[in-house]
Amino acid sequence: MRLLSSFIATVIALSVAGGIGSADQARAAGKFVFTAIPDQDESKLRKRFGKVANYLSKELGMKVEYVPVKSYAAAVTAFRNNQVQLAWFGGLSGVRARLLVKGSTAIAQGKKDPFFETYFIAHSSTGLSYSKNFPKGIAGKTFTFGSKGSTSGRLMPEYHIRQAFGKAPSQVFKRVGFSGNHSRTVSLVQSGAFQVGATNFKVWKRGLKDGSIDPKKVKVIWKTPGYPDYNWTIRGDVDQSFGNGFSKKVQKALLSMSDPDLLKSFPREAFISAKNDDYKPILDTAKLLKLID
Amino acid sequence: MTAKKSSSPLARTTGIFFGVAFVCACFSDLAITTVDPWAEFSRLLAGILTPDFFSTDSLMLSLGYTLAFALLGVALSNIIGFGLALLFFSRTVRVFCAVIRSVHELFWALIFLQLFGLSPLTGILAITIPYAGIIAKVYAEILEEADPTPLQALPYGTARISAFVFVRLPDAFAHFRSYSMYRLECGLRSSAVLGFIGLPTLGFHLESAFKEGHYSEVSALLILFYFVIATMRFWMRRPLLPVYLIIAVIILPWGAEFSASNIVRFLTEDILPHPLRDPSASMVEWFHLIIIEQAVPGIIATLQLTMVALIATGLLTMIFFPLISPLLLGPKARGIGHVFLVITRSTPEYILAFVLLQLWGPSMLPAIVALALHNGAIIGHLVGRYTEQISLRPDTPAGANRYFFEISPRVYRPMLALLFYRWEVILRETAILGMLGIATLGFYVDSAFADLRFDRAMVLIAITAVLNICVDAISRKVRSYLRLQTSLEHR
Repeated sequence: MRLLSSFIATVIALSVAGGIGSADQARAAGKFVFTAIPDQDESKLRKRFGKVANYLSKELGMKVEYVPVKSYAAAVTAFRNNQVQLAWFGGLSGVRARLLVKGSTAIAQGKKDPFFETYFIAHSSTGLSYSKNFPKGIAGKTFTFGSKGSTSGRLMPEYHIRQAFGKAPSQVFKRVGFSGNHSRTVSLVQSGAFQVGATNFKVWKRGLKDGSIDPKKVKVIWKTPGYPDYNWTIRGDVDQSFGNGFSKKVQKALLSMSDPDLLKSFPREAFISAKNDDYKPILDTAKLLKLID
Repeated sequence: MTAKKSSSPLARTTGIFFGVAFVCACFSDLAITTVDPWAEFSRLLAGILTPDFFSTDSLMLSLGYTLAFALLGVALSNIIGFGLALLFFSRTVRVFCAVIRSVHELFWALIFLQLFGLSPLTGILAITIPYAGIIAKVYAEILEEADPTPLQALPYGTARISAFVFVRLPDAFAHFRSYSMYRLECGLRSSAVLGFIGLPTLGFHLESAFKEGHYSEVSALLILFYFVIATMRFWMRRPLLPVYLIIAVIILPWGAEFSASNIVRFLTEDILPHPLRDPSASMVEWFHLIIIEQAVPGIIATLQLTMVALIATGLLTMIFFPLISPLLLGPKARGIGHVFLVITRSTPEYILAFVLLQLWGPSMLPAIVALALHNGAIIGHLVGRYTEQISLRPDTPAGANRYFFEISPRVYRPMLALLFYRWEVILRETAILGMLGIATLGFYVDSAFADLRFDRAMVLIAITAVLNICVDAISRKVRSYLRLQTSLEHR
């Protein structure tokens, strides 16, 4: 009796689940997949990039899907393993991805991305205030970077810290942390969990605008010189898999994106074209810091 | 008359462990550094009190995936673990099991992520492999400790297979079943935690929501998770198991294809030491960097954290177990105690550490307290249940005297047995706290994966595994020296 009821339940389950399964399979055929590094507001990534996927589907006339990932490294790995063919990378993750996938190219970047900046921010209790020169007074404080693989949250701030002090960050500061992403860096410095931090200037500006930053508690103390950062990178073998000129088609679709609502999700004013060489300074810096062998 | 100085081995061992933990604590960074923790904490409390079940995308689907990974992982590891338990007389098998269970499921997942990408296989194997090693050990112990008398009653010449199937197995089977239920609870926790590194389970959303301070969403996700664990005995029925397993296989998103070339490349290139692939790099430098700059400080921090957390767990256990002991509290108070312990032990230690980190700032303190709370609640629950079997004398003292002079001495040995049993588990758990930035070995492993340096990651994982095996061996020695026994239900 027990066996029988178990059997019947199995049959029902199979037919129910079969329905879901077949829908799943339909999805798997001939789709173009992209991802983006989770640099801020992770829970909104799906909403933000879902819209971009719809736009690309329409422009390219095929199924385009966005896959969310949890870390910068996961984005690079997915790109390397051809589970995604296009990605919105940061400077460093883009350089890493292009080193790992021969023939892949940076095809687009935000209008201001060639002159990206990192802001050093400090809790008001430190007494530090804005200066034009590198703020040497941060030595001996607690300090948080963003993600370990971030350009604006790790690579560039670490570079400037090493330039200023001639020592590794762990020897300059009382404590060094990695918050995970830019919005979290701001909230950790604002709560005083860390005294000083380095964050992406776009995230800072947006936080000021939407009121999540309290300027009485946390302020900018230094701005780095500009450097090239975010970029769209595409695999070299897409022309083979999706037809000749596919890469150009994707580039055109990205460059002609003009809907402010779509651009807001990056957030960028517009996209301009990019090439691998634009990111040479990032590669050199990463090698200097031994983040890339 | 001179005072005779004698101490029992039990007291001496306790003293030694206290001493070691004290020294470790002296050298640990236990500072509270936050300036303004209350703003964030009050937002957290407000969020917890106002759960929002509708802000998470595809909440039910991620709950389904969490269950699917746990069910498939635990079912497979039961089958494999049972098979390995039968071969446990072989030293090779014992060592093999010790090795696979010494690596945390998060590390297994990070490795499989390189091989199979975000395929369901990654999640299932990450649970199956370490769990198979644990289950093999426990099942082998159960078989070994089973009552031998029925076997002696068998007529001479009974086939070994019949003796096993009809005599030994039925006796052990009840234990296997109750242990599997406990493993499933662990599996659900592991499955949720795998979301932290990108698998589509509850942890995926939990981590994001936490990082961004969406505490109402955090609250909803945690409530859902507690609910699933608390109701497990009602939905987990044996006849339904095949149904669940089939649904699990089918709902998982198998779409992502993986290629053999990725797997070959990972195994033959990525994990080879970098100097072997690039002749211009120096092998000495590579080794120096991993061992001196990462492994040594990592090992020291890991051991410090583990030892202090072990003693703190023991102390908390002694506070927690009375909360559910019928000898010390009335039924109403015990009801509240039960709820408190269930919530504390079901909350992944990562979440506890995360909250405390926000409150106190970055030091080892949040990690110690998180580990002690989580493990103290688990052992406290078991010890509390153990007191149900104790019968008291009619003239037993009441109140504080009963706790200090009657109950505590009687639960101390079983408590220590459980505590030493969990020593290795605490060490494994420090790995995941490393991902929060506490500089244990887990921190360096996480950094190596973030830099896509799989050669370094593999060396560091191997070192973590060796450390685990050593602690496990010491724990076994201490338990046998003190003649501490964990009864079958209490593992």
